[in-house]
Amino acid sequence: MPPIIPILIELAYLVGAAMFIFSLHWMGDPKTARRGVYAGVLGMSVAILATWAKPEVTEHLWIIIPIALAFGPGIWLSHVKLTAVPQRTALSHAFGGLAAGLVGTAKYFYWLHDEPAMLTKFRVLAILVEVLLGFLTFTGSLIAAGKLQELKWIPQRPWVYKGQNLVNLLAFCAVLIMGALLMANPTADHAPWLFIAVIVIALNFGWMLVMPIGGADMPTVIAILNAYAGLAAVAMGFVLDNKLLIVAGALDGSSGLILSIIMCKAMNRSFTNVLFGAFGQASTKSDAAGEAQQYKSESTEDAAVMLSEAQLVVIVPGYGMAVAQAQHKTRELYDALKKKGVTVKFAIHPVAGRMPGHMNVLLAEAEIPYTDLVEMDEINPEMPQCDVCLVIGANDVVNPAARADKSSPIFGMPIIDADKAKAVYAIKRSKNPGFAGIDNQLYFLDKTRMLFGDAKAVVGELAKHLSAGSGMH
Amino acid sequence: MPQATSEVAPADPAPAPPAHAHSTGIDFVTTLFVFMLASFIGMGVIRRVSRLLHTPLMSLTNAISAIAVVGAIIVAGGKDYPIWIRVMGAVALFASMTNIVSGFLITDRMLKMFKDKANEKSAAQTSKVAEHAAGGKA
Repeated sequence: MPPIIPILIELAYLVGAAMFIFSLHWMGDPKTARRGVYAGVLGMSVAILATWAKPEVTEHLWIIIPIALAFGPGIWLSHVKLTAVPQRTALSHAFGGLAAGLVGTAKYFYWLHDEPAMLTKFRVLAILVEVLLGFLTFTGSLIAAGKLQELKWIPQRPWVYKGQNLVNLLAFCAVLIMGALLMANPTADHAPWLFIAVIVIALNFGWMLVMPIGGADMPTVIAILNAYAGLAAVAMGFVLDNKLLIVAGALDGSSGLILSIIMCKAMNRSFTNVLFGAFGQASTKSDAAGEAQQYKSESTEDAAVMLSEAQLVVIVPGYGMAVAQAQHKTRELYDALKKKGVTVKFAIHPVAGRMPGHMNVLLAEAEIPYTDLVEMDEINPEMPQCDVCLVIGANDVVNPAARADKSSPIFGMPIIDADKAKAVYAIKRSKNPGFAGIDNQLYFLDKTRMLFGDAKAVVGELAKHLSAGSGMH
Repeated sequence: MPQATSEVAPADPAPAPPAHAHSTGIDFVTTLFVFMLASFIGMGVIRRVSRLLHTPLMSLTNAISAIAVVGAIIVAGGKDYPIWIRVMGAVALFASMTNIVSGFLITDRMLKMFKDKANEKSAAQTSKVAEHAAGGKA
């Protein structure tokens, strides 16, 4: 066996790692982003072929069949509706975690039976981290996907019980102790049982961590699970002594970490608060205390007139727009307003929707140019000049209580200053308080008018009145 | 068996093949260095990604973290593995390959939609609407 082949394989991994870095680099700008995808595909193909070319890989059917089978669900999962992208993402985190966990388990048992010398302390530690993160991500992401898909048997509201944090802490300590025992003696007779116990705890840990987290916190949770899936790949890199795995996993891990930091900042909450403090618990009682206030609702005809006379309209989309699939009707409204010479901007809050960047993708799907999508920090100074602010299915991200009311659970969260616009129209499905169960003072302001109904229907009517009215003015 | 592994005598035709002999403590430090540097690169690169693209970024990193496929191929196709371990590898291979296929495809599908100005198709649409409106005006 000439030693040239292992060197070529390592060089191929080097190329793969470089391609992944380029891929993420090009992702920085919408103009070059698609090139980033091609670089990623190239890097991944090189990595797969190089691994397949390894001399010890001989059972080709065992590789060809799973790869061939994966194309079906893979292609199917890539064609989901864009409103379902959050659950698709969670599901693929689950797959990633499962893969990492299984490879770790397989390697451990293989080495235990055939090459116990390979089970050094460091490698056992790496395997334990890989298996723990992998299986935890697996069940955690499945629950997250279920919550996002709004499956009936998974509660949307945070699911909590007394002593929850204590149970989690005990489970974590148990894993630490068992891990230490395994590292001390990885080949003992009881070691396989300890290993299986770690897997069982990891599987349970995942769902226990995600069940108490409510739908409004999903953007953060998805980002954290993204980081876990990446770190599991890093651990696998340490297990297999493979630097490409470490580079790719580290890129993924840092992406998840940065996204979760952004999400936490956008909600003015800490990691520990998201993971261990269930949201929407304290808020329900403050509702009852507040006296019933009156909404001022208005017809879509009058709202359309108001909109057509505006110079600057700022649209604030939220999860309600996604649920109602209203993005295409929103595009019609955008076109109708543009035609009347109205400047239209979309104000995007970082946590609007159910995953980072969710609103941007939906509006891009409706072919609204991304140059009209404005981030929260950029739009807020312009809000006093805004003639009409139209809120489509957003709630907490425009709630002025975040600025003013110290007792509000969302106090301190940066918001889009919809209340500073000259007039506000809010489209809302029902008169109930929003997802987090927090009353929104914005709806009771003198300048606010409510448009009750399904977001898609209401926006569609607005667009219809606007383009019908264009002949008369 | 445990005796032969705890003292690897050079004369002994050891069960551990020489290919693995390099996995010493020093190697792990090198790997830790790679991890540290890659994390810094990741932070630097990701921080520059526009918020606009955070959803496609997530599906792209999804596909990239399916690099676990490397480990899965080794386990599923390696020549010495017993069947039940191979099955785990095959399932892992299926899972990560699904992520690769769906991750890259959906990222590209989403990115295709991001346009800086109204493209030809929608321009045609708006001009049709505009014509209609102009007709109404006249």
